[in-house]
Amino acid sequence: MSQLQPAFGLAKRSATTGFVPAAKAETPVAKMIDVSKCIGCKACQVACMEWNDLRQDIEENVGVYENPHDLTPNAWTLMRFSEWENPERGQLEWLIRKDGCMHCQDPGCLKACPAPGAIVQYTNGIVDFISANCIGCGYCVKGCPFNIPRISTADNKAYKCTLCSDRVAVGQGPACAKACPTKAITFGTKDDMKKLAAERVADLKDRGYSKAGLYDPPGVQGTHVMYVLHHLDKAPLYAGLPQNPRISPLVELWKGAGKYAGLALLGITAAFGVVHHLLAGANRVTEEDEENAEKLRGGGT
Amino acid sequence: MTGHKDGEAHLQVSRYSGSARINHWVVAISFVLLMISGLALFHPSLYWMTGLFGGGPTARWIHPWLGIVLLIGFLGLFVRFFVANLPERTDWVWLARLRHVLAGREEYLPEVGKYNAGQKFVFWAQAFLVLVMFVTGIGLWPAGLAYFEQLLGFKATIDQRRLAAVIHAGAAVLTIAIWIIHVYAAIWVRGTISAMTRGTVTGGWAWRHHRKWLRKEIGKEPGGPHPAE
Ligand code: HEM
Ligand code: SF4
Ligand code: SF4
Repeated sequence: MSQLQPAFGLAKRSATTGFVPAAKAETPVAKMIDVSKCIGCKACQVACMEWNDLRQDIEENVGVYENPHDLTPNAWTLMRFSEWENPERGQLEWLIRKDGCMHCQDPGCLKACPAPGAIVQYTNGIVDFISANCIGCGYCVKGCPFNIPRISTADNKAYKCTLCSDRVAVGQGPACAKACPTKAITFGTKDDMKKLAAERVADLKDRGYSKAGLYDPPGVQGTHVMYVLHHLDKAPLYAGLPQNPRISPLVELWKGAGKYAGLALLGITAAFGVVHHLLAGANRVTEEDEENAEKLRGGGT
Repeated sequence: MTGHKDGEAHLQVSRYSGSARINHWVVAISFVLLMISGLALFHPSLYWMTGLFGGGPTARWIHPWLGIVLLIGFLGLFVRFFVANLPERTDWVWLARLRHVLAGREEYLPEVGKYNAGQKFVFWAQAFLVLVMFVTGIGLWPAGLAYFEQLLGFKATIDQRRLAAVIHAGAAVLTIAIWIIHVYAAIWVRGTISAMTRGTVTGGWAWRHHRKWLRKEIGKEPGGPHPAE
């Protein structure tokens, strides 16, 4: 179960017409994941299971490092391992990305969700799924540009990383950040994390990674989980991280113009019926019609 | 079959058998429930309608199952009625004179068989849209999609699932609009509803709206008088 953190004010609430955001905005927070420092030990995955009390079923070893095979309702973060031969440097690079919810400033999941309050965004930027309001429709799966939410077949609720909103609410950092032995994962205000990232990027550039940079994609107005990448220009190398993520135009159509066009068409059709009946009156069978039918049958009985 | 029942002033013509009417009402009821549970998720201002099903999760859960009921029910109607809904030359004349149709001036229209061109349009459009909504509805349905993916050995991409959502919502709007016209026509043309409640219409109704069909029905009676062509 994923619960609302009353300690935070709301910036956005799914499927709520006339929603008024909290007046007092908190300082935006962020988690910064330095992919260049990650050693793929999965301590973060274990910490996430521990803190959130999640147990993924044991799977079969199919000869890859990913375990489990994908994000699941019980695995909210997953280390994804990619091998790449860098032609410039002539070396094999092992690119290990901690996958999970990016906590988009403009969350596609929230835009798609039809259930009032099933997805919220706090004023600090964290996007949370509220199980009590979730109806399990899976619209968030279609809304997300990062393919993150998963629907549980046990309770028909959507699950994903909460950015440990329950820990943040009491002044703690996320469990994964606490467990990371190399400090590849850090947590703080978004401004601080950007500063720290800038230092790391400068260091990587020094060491010859000329395209190193911070992944904070503007297409979703930035994210509250950011990556330092050695190859910012080649994001898809990192297990298919989208280069320029944005809410799909199909989702924008479905959730935007489509709604108004649809409601308008239904309203016009119903109005046509009312107006037509007022103008034309009922189409009644006359006594003459009945007599004609009797005649046709042969004079009636 | 035509004739008078006790106490009825007008000639009664049989239009639908008992099983055809049950079939129609299965489709009608599942359609209305689908419309309510679907529209509840279509726009936040309509979400309260999930309360009619006992809450959001139940409305979400029951919708696709009702869709399967509708699909099977509609298949029954399709098999029963598709021959009578095949287009014919006079349909174009009827459509060209839609102005007179809307004004209720039957005398300017060609004689109509069991169904007029408007009814045929409703039949074919709904047949097509139900099929579209079934396929896209499966794409929208996490549990159903997983089942069909396993069964048919494919994996739908997220973009395909997004497209399914757009098409499903669009088709739903069209099908509901056509349903509004269908229901309105049944109300506007007085004497129609008994076809689906009791299975009969009056001779005058048939004479006025479906004369070619009335001639055929009367002609079918064994030993009965043959209508003058
Ligand atoms: C024929 C089989 C059908 C299937 C399998 C199906 C399935 C689905 C599914 C899985 C959803 C997602 C939400 C949910 O699970 O409730 C949905 C949404 C919806 N359905 Fe259906 N459906 C069918 C027919 C219909 C029909 C006949 C209508 C209209 C009368 C309809 C109207 C809608 C609407 C309006 C939505 C919401 C779309 C949105 O959120 O934009 N569906 N359908
Ligand atoms: S499944 Fe996703 S989109 Fe549907 S109600 Fe739950 S959180 Fe909202
Ligand atoms: S990554 Fe996906 S699930 Fe997470 S906030 Fe963005 S859209 Fe929502």
